[in-house]
Amino acid sequence: MALADGPAAGEAKVVWYNDPVVRGRIFQGLTLAFVVFLTWGIIHNTAVNLQSRNIAQGFGFLSTTAGFDIAQSLISYPQDADYGRAILVGLVNTVLVAVLGVILATIFGFIGGVARLSSNYVVRKLATSYVEIVRNVPLLLQIFFWYFGVLRVLPGPRDSIQPIPGWIFLNNRGLIMPQVTMTKLTADAMFYAVLAAIVAILVLRSVFRKLQERTGTQAPVFLISLAVLIAFPVVAYLATGAGITLTAPAKSTFNITGGTRVIPEFMALLMALAFYTGAFIAEIVRAGILAVSHGQTEAASSLGLKPNNILRLVVVPQALRVIIPPLTSQYLNLTKNSSLAVAVGYPDLVSTGGTVLNQTGQAVEVIAIWMVIYLGTSLTTSAFMNWYNAKMAIRER
Amino acid sequence: MTMTSASDTAPIAFVRHEMVQAEPPPPSMVGMQGWLKKNLFSTPGNILLTAVGFFLAAWLIWQVVDFAIVRAVFVGTSGEDCRKSPDVGACWPYVQAYWKLFVYGRYPIAERWRVDLTGLVFVVLLVPLMIPAAPLKRLNVILFFLIFPVFAFSMLVGGWFGLPHVETALWGGVLVSLVVAVTGIVMSLPLGVLLALGRRSKMPVIRLLSTIFIEFWRGVPLITVLFMASNMLPLFMPAGVDVDKLLRALIGVSLFSAAYMAEVVRGGLQAIPKGQYEGAMALGLSYWRMMGLVVMPQALKLVIPGIVNTFIGLFKDTTLVSIVSIFDLLGMINFTRTDSAWAAPTTAMTGYLVAAVFYWVFCFGMSRYSMFMENRLNTGHKR
Repeated sequence: MALADGPAAGEAKVVWYNDPVVRGRIFQGLTLAFVVFLTWGIIHNTAVNLQSRNIAQGFGFLSTTAGFDIAQSLISYPQDADYGRAILVGLVNTVLVAVLGVILATIFGFIGGVARLSSNYVVRKLATSYVEIVRNVPLLLQIFFWYFGVLRVLPGPRDSIQPIPGWIFLNNRGLIMPQVTMTKLTADAMFYAVLAAIVAILVLRSVFRKLQERTGTQAPVFLISLAVLIAFPVVAYLATGAGITLTAPAKSTFNITGGTRVIPEFMALLMALAFYTGAFIAEIVRAGILAVSHGQTEAASSLGLKPNNILRLVVVPQALRVIIPPLTSQYLNLTKNSSLAVAVGYPDLVSTGGTVLNQTGQAVEVIAIWMVIYLGTSLTTSAFMNWYNAKMAIRER
Repeated sequence: MTMTSASDTAPIAFVRHEMVQAEPPPPSMVGMQGWLKKNLFSTPGNILLTAVGFFLAAWLIWQVVDFAIVRAVFVGTSGEDCRKSPDVGACWPYVQAYWKLFVYGRYPIAERWRVDLTGLVFVVLLVPLMIPAAPLKRLNVILFFLIFPVFAFSMLVGGWFGLPHVETALWGGVLVSLVVAVTGIVMSLPLGVLLALGRRSKMPVIRLLSTIFIEFWRGVPLITVLFMASNMLPLFMPAGVDVDKLLRALIGVSLFSAAYMAEVVRGGLQAIPKGQYEGAMALGLSYWRMMGLVVMPQALKLVIPGIVNTFIGLFKDTTLVSIVSIFDLLGMINFTRTDSAWAAPTTAMTGYLVAAVFYWVFCFGMSRYSMFMENRLNTGHKR
């Protein structure tokens, strides 16, 4: 008791340089000073170096005419477009390959993950080999494999492979598909029809849920939703005079003209990204399914649920809780890995930015643009993830 | 009542007195037949899957065997031999002609023994380090992590002890792949541990700086980091200071993987219960002793799979240096396959097959070793 009464005397005995609080402040101050000094040194050196090399500073170059071609562009990219436009085209291309890659990788991953747990020996071993081989070979090598090994050795335009003769052509210049043209009326009508269908489905689902809570009868929600989703746009299409025309590509002796061409660089990158990330997703899915204890399945079936309902209502929601966080980081990885496009010359953000960098020499600005875009995507996704995680977390008493 | 008393005393003819011997399971449930039925042919759907899977597997294996062996060209002196038939498989003479380039790059031929010696010392030090039962662990660790880097640097770069200087621009192939990977691994672990401790520190400035550093590197693709290292690092340096091209890539790769390592280690730190910290503090241990003696050994053990996964990722990512024109194994293959003397339809694929096998063996080996270590260090704390 006497000891507890005299903390003041105890404190006085600590020499100031042994006080953890003071030490912490001094240490932090030193670190901060060091970092500030380092940053200042870097900025100073960069300014001096840029001046001595006669490189302009600032983002003025973005409105200078670019003067280089881009092989694939979803938005208009005229001859006299400026560097800013070129980088924007690259960004759109990155988004395109990332979105399609995420969809494909998810499909491959879920099939792979479920197949690894299959009771069928052949299927199980096939999925295991897929995961173990693809995960342990560098992505860049796989991109080269698809590009130089598979797509570039396809026959030339003259002997194109035609999965649907006269309509689809596959050759070493890419995949050529019929061009789709829509009248503005039909396009608008179908867009609004899809929106209307989504609203209708949301309303129907809540109606059916209420019905089930009241009477216990289950309606075939999924089938009805699917029917609505298909029927609305079809009705809109027919009502506005069927304004969609398909123009088949024309095959001449040496080349194929018309149609929509998917360039081989894009296909190689997409296939490699999807297979590679799919292998990682397969492992995540497998771990997620294994994380749901067998007791849950047994309890569900003793409640009388049908096998597909056990999967849908009991196993998958619990597995998703384990699957979603690593799955999101795989999606982010895929997006960042799409920057490997530069290796096969697919005009993504890094690839077009690299060309701009070489032409203007403004490394600092171009790299800053890259960093801001990729960092922005990552941090936004992380923020979304944290929100989703909090929402999905087990609500304990 | 009467029945029980009767059964207690008088034997009743229709009640058995001993257990029935278990019948052997029906032949269709055991042995080869049972296995086949259970794993391959249990339902019609399964039979279909088996058939489809079997044909897919057979087709894939046949594609590889056909390409690498059946249709392959084994002897030849130039690309001419691999161009003779339109339907040719792997072009092995190409690998035979260039394999030294794949291993050493353009390292001067007279000096290649230095690479061999460094590689030999590396293996001799690494193998006992990886075998848990091998003696003299402490000495081994000091030799491997402190003495070997100095030795390797002076051997490979040269310029003293009468060894001629070899520019890093001449390095290439597997040599560069391993130099980048080993440097990245050796640098990223201590840096990552420090960053993880920083991110969990109670000092706000340290925590903020560590968090910014980690999130920055994790948020950008490695290829932009390498572009940054090769384009911007020279700008950051005072005028007249030139940073070696390979060194730029090494710095980029090390910082990049340190950030990933930090997140893995942080996961381990978070899994250590508070009681461990409090126990260590109650013993009067200082911060560094508490971390070094109590917390880190437990935390690192927990995250071995994560650490090895980061190493595997780093090893695969070394291929990216070929994009900033440093000739690692993949860069060397890309460089030689365009040689007009060896231009043939399958030269590229042959080279990529060799590279794929190389990377696969290393990465798969690492993942298996981590599983082994995980089991060995599992002291039963896991649920």
